[in-house]
Formats: sequence, C-alpha cells, structure tokens
Amino acid sequence: MNLTIVQYNAGNIQSVLYALERLGVAATVTDDPALIQASDKVIFPGVGEASTAMAYLKERNLDQIIVALKQPVLGICLGMQLMCKHSAENDTNCLGIFDEQVLAFKATEKTNKVPQMGWNNIKHLRTDLFIGVPENSFAYFVHGYYAGLGTGTIATTNYIQEYSSGLQKNNFYGVQFHPEKSAAVGEQIIQNFLSLKS
Amino acid sequence: MLTKRIIPCLDIKDGRTVKGVNFEQIRDAGDPIELAALYASQGADELVFLDITATVEQRKTLSALVHKIAHHINIPFTVGGGIKTEADVRVLLQNGADKIAINTAAFLDPITINRFAKQFGSQCIVLAIDAKCEADNLWYVYLNGGRTKTDKLVVDWAKEAVDLGVGEILLTSMNHDGTKQGFALDITAQLSENLPVPIIASGGGGTEVHFLEVFTKGKADAALAASVFHYKEIAIPDLKEYLHQSGVAVRI
Repeated sequence: MNLTIVQYNAGNIQSVLYALERLGVAATVTDDPALIQASDKVIFPGVGEASTAMAYLKERNLDQIIVALKQPVLGICLGMQLMCKHSAENDTNCLGIFDEQVLAFKATEKTNKVPQMGWNNIKHLRTDLFIGVPENSFAYFVHGYYAGLGTGTIATTNYIQEYSSGLQKNNFYGVQFHPEKSAAVGEQIIQNFLSLKS
Repeated sequence: MLTKRIIPCLDIKDGRTVKGVNFEQIRDAGDPIELAALYASQGADELVFLDITATVEQRKTLSALVHKIAHHINIPFTVGGGIKTEADVRVLLQNGADKIAINTAAFLDPITINRFAKQFGSQCIVLAIDAKCEADNLWYVYLNGGRTKTDKLVVDWAKEAVDLGVGEILLTSMNHDGTKQGFALDITAQLSENLPVPIIASGGGGTEVHFLEVFTKGKADAALAASVFHYKEIAIPDLKEYLHQSGVAVRI
C-alpha cells in the first residue's frame, strides 16, 4: 500500500511516521500534490495553530488538493480541525469538509485546565475506524479547541462539555486525539484506517 | 473523563537510567529503553527522560536515545536536561520527543519560553521547577540541578512562565525528592489551583497513599516518580487499581 503523510508547518508529523514504522508500515512524508493524489491513503496530522497552518496549505494549493481527494483520508488533531468549516482559533476559515465548527474550550471551574492534556474516554463509536475498539476506551488528547457535535460525529468525548472526538464524511475521517500516542487503542485505530477500502 | 496521569521518570546519565537521593548519590537503575517499554506496557500514561549529564558531547547520545525510544514506545514522552536553544528543541522533537522540559536556561532568559512556545506550540513546552522550602516557610526556585539557590519564589516564577507560554509545569520538591515520605502537597495545590496549565507533582512518592494524596489534596494533574518504579517497590498496574478503587479517575 502506498501511504502518504501530508507535510506542512505543524508539528508531530515524525511521531505519526514512527507509529506507522512500529506497525511495520512505510509512509512518505510529502507536500507534493502529485504524490498525495496518487497514494492509496492519506494521513493529515498536525499540532499547531489553525490560521498559520491554513495559510501554509493555501500557499501551496494543498487546500484544494485535500478537499478533492477520493481515497481514505485521516485527519489527526489540528488536521481534523482544519477539515472542519471554521475554527474560532484566530477566526480561521478551514477546509469545510466537515460541517462542524471548531470552538475554544472555556474553563468553567478552577480545575479545568486548557488545553486538555492527557487520557480521556472515547464513546458513541461509529464506523469501521473503530472496529474492535471498546466503548470508553482511552485515547491521548492535547488540544485547546474542539469540534462541536453534529451529523459527522463518529466518536464523542467529555471535557467541560461533550464534543466530537471523531468525525467522518464520505472518505474523510478525523480524530481529535493522537492515535499515534494512544498505546494499543491507537494502534488498533491506525490499523483500521489502513484496512479501510479505497 | 480526563484522567490523572502516572509518569515514571528516567534520569539519564551516559545513556543509563540512574537515580539519586535529594539530587545526590547517583545509583544505576538500568537500561532506559528496556525500562521505558516495560512502563508503557504496564500502563504508564507518559514518560519523562531527564538527561542529567547534558554536556555538549552527551547531547548527541541523547538525541540518538530519543530516536530509539520513539521507535519503541507508543505513549507520549518528554525530554529535558540542558536545553537552551531552538536547535536543541528541534532536534529532540524531530527525533520523536512529544514535549521538551526546560529549566535553568528558561529562568536565566525567560523570553526563551516565549520563543519556544511561538515556534513549537505551548503544548510541547514543559517548565521544570526545582523547588525548595526554606526556613522562612517559602518555596524558592533552584537552578542547575538543585545546586544554585535563587531569590525567586516558585509561585511567582510559575505564573510568569505560564504568561510567557509554557503549557505544563513539572514541580519537583527538593525537600521531598528521594525521601519516599510523600509529595509536597501544599505548593502543588497552590500552583494547580491558581494556574490554567496542568501541574505534574514530583518528589517524595513512596507509597500508593502518597499518590492518592497528591491527586486529592495536592490537586495535581499528574504524578511523577522514579525510584519506586525502578526498584519495583510500586507496580504501576497495582497503583492504578488502588487509585481507581479510591475514586480517582485513571486510565486502566
């Protein structure tokens, strides 16, 4: 299988590559539209700030390339948020693949830390992305913004309120947590993505 | 719900895991990769690697070690020790570290924090504070692995660093470190209740009850320990089961 990881100015891309290597899967990290379009599957990772990342994608025309992809695409963390319509992080128009809006966590009590950092449950799991993943499994999260609930929700998590920790529309999948850092649960989800039919 | 984290810490010297008492008397505690993989399989939530040699030569060894760790473990890990420049940070992140911990260099040049946060994101910048409670009953910041006292209060430095962009604080009590008499609950709670970032409590964890207390009374978001795990005095699965039974949310 030919797998590409979209390279842009948002961290953690190496971590995704290493996670794939641990599973014995090779991938190409690239921002070359031709390579991305020709691959069987695309991972769109990212940790960082929305407006800077969108500006970078637009500059290289990657925004147009990503929305037009027909093969399975997995957005991770900021990658998933960028696949939504709009992010409150610096009022950024995003790719608009998912209809959901990305909003900022607002601490409601002293013990709410923002960003959320650590292991939290994922539930209401839907689609083949979560085959073999039990309800309430733990995944590792680091994020200060969240996607609201909507028709695309395929997983939810509670932090301050319930939000979408997984989204899906057609061939596009997104997870807010980091499967590449989520121990055996994360490995199962990556394997499931790799097993999706193109 | 978001769970409390248990974080084994591996102090690294010349590529080996070591552990001291009150920042001194270094003892060998095993191969870091082997230990890291063991802890990850036992349910550790994150790992911290602190390079306590951190000379220029050793830094290359460290990035090679980080690279190896990243290929062997499937949970997040932080690397610290002697980090001064953007280049130091970049090489560690590129080799697979999820976060980096800064201490002395950040204190001596606080604007470093702001530069790192802007370039790499607050989520990967951990501020390590070595804290000591003095005779006046106030907590002071110490530098250089606990060898140099400053006049800065821990609460003031922590607040300043959060404003500059650190995403998490690793608070080590020098009074408690290595004693196995329990964590510094008061200063941990004080930071946790007044700062918007997670607090990792470190120093003094000796029994399961100590961990329970640091989460309930100390309000810590995570607890870090070394020797109790290295010398198998506390097994992570037992600790987590105990915390779970005691009503603390943990990942099991």
